Amino acid sequence: MATGEMKIVEEPKKVLTMHPKKFALWLFMASVLMLFASWTSAYIVRQAEGNWVFFELPVLFYYSTAIIVISSVTMQLGYWAAKRNQFDKVRSLVLATTILGVLFLAGQVMGWAQLVGNSIYFVGNPSGSFVYVITGVHGLHILSAIIFLLVVLNSASKKRIHSGNLAQMEMCTTYWHFLGFLWVYLFIFMLINR
Amino acid sequence: MATADIKVHTEAHHDDHGHDHEHHGNFWTNYIFCQDHKVIAKQFLITGMAWALIGGILSVIFRLQLGFPDASLEWLRPVLGGWITPEGKIDSEFYLALVTMHGTIMVFFVLTAGLSGTFSNFLIPLQVGARDMASGFMNMLSYWFFFLSSAFMFTSLFISTGPAGGGWTIYPPLSALPQAIQGSGLGMTLWLISMALFIVSTLLGGINYITTIINMRTQGMSFTRMPLTIWAFFFTAIIGLLSFPVLFGAALLLIFDRSFGTSFFLSDIYIAGEALPNVGGSPILFQHLFWFLGHPEVYIVLLPALGITSEIIATNSRKPIFGYKAMVGSMLFIAILSFVVWAHHMFVTGMNPFLGSIFTLLTLIIAVPSAVKIFNYVTTLWKGNIRFTSAMLFSIGLVSFFLTGGITGLFLGNSAVDIQLHDTYFVVAHFHLVMGSASFFGMIAGIYHWFPKFFGRMMDERLGAVHFWITFVGVYMVFFPMHYIGIAGFPRRYYSWTNFETFSSFADLNMLVSIAAVVTLGAQFIFLFNFFYSIWRGRVAPANPWGSTTLEWTTPRHPGHGNWPGEIPHVYRWPYDYSKPGAKEDYIPQTVPYSETPESNLPHENELVKLEMGNSGAIIPDDKRH
Repeated sequence: MATGEMKIVEEPKKVLTMHPKKFALWLFMASVLMLFASWTSAYIVRQAEGNWVFFELPVLFYYSTAIIVISSVTMQLGYWAAKRNQFDKVRSLVLATTILGVLFLAGQVMGWAQLVGNSIYFVGNPSGSFVYVITGVHGLHILSAIIFLLVVLNSASKKRIHSGNLAQMEMCTTYWHFLGFLWVYLFIFMLINR
Repeated sequence: MATADIKVHTEAHHDDHGHDHEHHGNFWTNYIFCQDHKVIAKQFLITGMAWALIGGILSVIFRLQLGFPDASLEWLRPVLGGWITPEGKIDSEFYLALVTMHGTIMVFFVLTAGLSGTFSNFLIPLQVGARDMASGFMNMLSYWFFFLSSAFMFTSLFISTGPAGGGWTIYPPLSALPQAIQGSGLGMTLWLISMALFIVSTLLGGINYITTIINMRTQGMSFTRMPLTIWAFFFTAIIGLLSFPVLFGAALLLIFDRSFGTSFFLSDIYIAGEALPNVGGSPILFQHLFWFLGHPEVYIVLLPALGITSEIIATNSRKPIFGYKAMVGSMLFIAILSFVVWAHHMFVTGMNPFLGSIFTLLTLIIAVPSAVKIFNYVTTLWKGNIRFTSAMLFSIGLVSFFLTGGITGLFLGNSAVDIQLHDTYFVVAHFHLVMGSASFFGMIAGIYHWFPKFFGRMMDERLGAVHFWITFVGVYMVFFPMHYIGIAGFPRRYYSWTNFETFSSFADLNMLVSIAAVVTLGAQFIFLFNFFYSIWRGRVAPANPWGSTTLEWTTPRHPGHGNWPGEIPHVYRWPYDYSKPGAKEDYIPQTVPYSETPESNLPHENELVKLEMGNSGAIIPDDKRH
């Protein structure tokens, strides 16, 4: 081995790769999407069988939708700020996103209160139960994203997020956008298929 | 690129990751909470084998009831206690629990976790040339979620109301109402908790497998140079990633129905004249959700076994696999089709006959890629220098089961014929051959083949051959008669047929099946002895015992954490250069560049060498590492 014997060989081609953690996040999002796809298709199948109680979705869901769309904007601005190494801006924008996320969750819970006020309970006709399950499990994912945001916020305050170290911020942004789009899809779906 | 793009590695041991120093941890970090993919693979393997033994014993217990309905099973009382009735028979509800647990254990715990968990974990980093999985921590979590899931399922075997008894498909309302059967009480709750944990484990594992295959391949390991094992694990992981969340969704709704009073799957049910409050649910909805996982699950179980046997058959035929691209293509096609055939499990649920015929068509199309695979196996064997190692025997056994079991699938997949055959022993025979036994044989073949890499020693080949022949003949003796029993109309999951005069003419056939089942289970102890004896006392394995081309055989006999002591080897060719005309030996490892084998290069491979040299000057002097 150490004899210095040299071999001339063709160079093997480099393989196409991407950041493993980012890639894993995309796969995770695919499985989350499948979970909700299964419920929305179950919703349609069940609805087609009749005996489906009609009710209005809570007004608060419209507000929470607006909140989550705005939060996606703040998150994206934060990401751009991180790319330009604007440390303070990153921190305040991530903080804003976190607060908006908490507000969204609060909106969802108050939306449930409105549903209850409307005599639509978790236990009852599946049309109502589906809304609770879908919003509830989506809310749990939002909760996980808020925890992620807090981790990012911590890194941001320690000035560890900058153009040279973007992976964490990028992943958090991707996940947050995903959950935002997911909610918009679910909300429109529930509006159309009442 | 005229400038010198020449890298000269002067150091013999080039440490590129700082990974290759030996890890000296304590017992806990080395064997229990270990993040090394090889140790995790062994953990999956041992747990899977324990489950296989439990699942096998359960099946023999209910086979005793079916084959010898009048015999006294009093001698089982020390083990089963109250589950043996005062008359010395198996309690009828416990019989259902046995069937349910046998199915659940075999499908999920043995052939999903035991098979994918073991071989994906073990072979992916070793065969694509990676130090470890993309995330060792997630990988460790994957095993421990599986262990926790196993613990819940195992506990459910010992509770006083017995484990879940509604069938492994847990159809509501049977599984949703504790009043329906004892097993639908606490046993079912534990089943659901266990499966939820199991799904988390599978997803963690699957995400890791896919990420590792896509992103961690060594230089030169292009997609078309990946061994078919890796392709199989790749498709398996993708199928799992897309289908298990759906089972999770279904299980969650079922949990809400059972414990919170919702009505997703329950409607208009009267128990002892009392109406239940649940209104508006649909039990058929559960079947749709369940089988959207359930059918892909068949391929989650089968594809890794097919990948493993592709590798073993090519190696032991000393021939390139016939139709590498067709093999990959057929697996891809099977993976896609697996998502659009689920309703063939539901032909008799009052489905629109037109919809039924669509699902029939889609189902029958699966015969095409499956036939391609069988054809390629046979043509790989054709005129090969076949070495009948134990692994090879089991691989050929798989091909046999895949064929005989697959052909009956053509009948069952037909919505009209299925009306007669649905839920009879014909179905039991079909899926036990094509999915159960075939995958089981793939798993056993894999253990025999990679045992030298697992433990650095060889298993005994003679015991392996004995194990094979008893198991192979035994499996056919168990499942072949079931076709006749099924066509005669025997329904599955029935505790006893002795009340039906029609069926008494098949009593002897059932007795034969039961005896064969006992013998087949007995033969597995030969394997267990061989396995555990060889771990400590087996013949020491040479570096490359099977003359194989893939990367795992370039590692040391006991690969440390990081797999290769030096640099990760580069890959220059596909993994099936066996018996290449002109070559010195009958195999050329993937790590040998074309420029070193001018005697066996094909014209287009010589072109490749020239191209590399002429184009960019990207020729690297590379010290030979072996």
